[in-house]
Amino acid sequence: MTTKPTPRVRVPSKATAGEMIEIKTLISHEMESGQRKDAKGETIPRQIINKFSASFNGKPVFAADWFPAISANPYQSFFFKATESGEFTFTWKDDNGSEYVSKNKLTVG
Amino acid sequence: MLTHLPTLSRRDAVKAAAWALAAAAIAPRLAFADEKAVAAEIKKLYGDKPMASGKIKLDVPEIAENGLVVPINIEIESPMTEADYVKAVHVFAEGNPQPGVVSYQFTPACGKASAATRMRLAQTQDIICVAEMSNGTLHTAKANIKVTIGGCGG
Repeated sequence: MTTKPTPRVRVPSKATAGEMIEIKTLISHEMESGQRKDAKGETIPRQIINKFSASFNGKPVFAADWFPAISANPYQSFFFKATESGEFTFTWKDDNGSEYVSKNKLTVG
Repeated sequence: MLTHLPTLSRRDAVKAAAWALAAAAIAPRLAFADEKAVAAEIKKLYGDKPMASGKIKLDVPEIAENGLVVPINIEIESPMTEADYVKAVHVFAEGNPQPGVVSYQFTPACGKASAATRMRLAQTQDIICVAEMSNGTLHTAKANIKVTIGGCGG
């Protein structure tokens, strides 16, 4: 891993009550599958982001367990029904124990 | 007519034996998951519970030119209320080194049981999707994807 994984999240900043919004997330990560071999023929150890989760005002909304079959720079989109203003917390968990977090505000009105 | 049975020359026999040996040597390295591995994973999660078809819309390309990045969009028919929602969705690949692709956990707050990501596929294969509803019932769907360039290894 050469660069620090950077999350990018697209959440509309405003929504009307009851509106269904689509959340799109992307994080830069090699998602090393543990299947590849380096030039010397040695297996490159697995290092992927194994869990993505989203919560709103502390309440869990959506989560995904990723396996090595998920592409590099993993993309994930899902939906959320807006009912009140608040803040999303998106968390990505790396095999190496690191956590990458993004917080995004949503105003409903 | 059986008058012209092809006779196997010594050279051909040696060639065939060499191929068989080479294939045997390669086989363990290409230890891909198969239908059985996927079935075992599903059994681990849900035992022998019956599974219905329908309700799942598995949106994948028929032909994936690049197995490294294959879009997969799943949508499950559900009102997504506290009483009736989609709890979990699991995606498995029958022709990858490991059967698991992704497992989703939905909540009624999602409003809609739909999610999209991108996956790696090593070869042309079937994708299996299993959805677990809040009342415990299971639904399944299957799609075949033809992969032109595999997305695993070197």
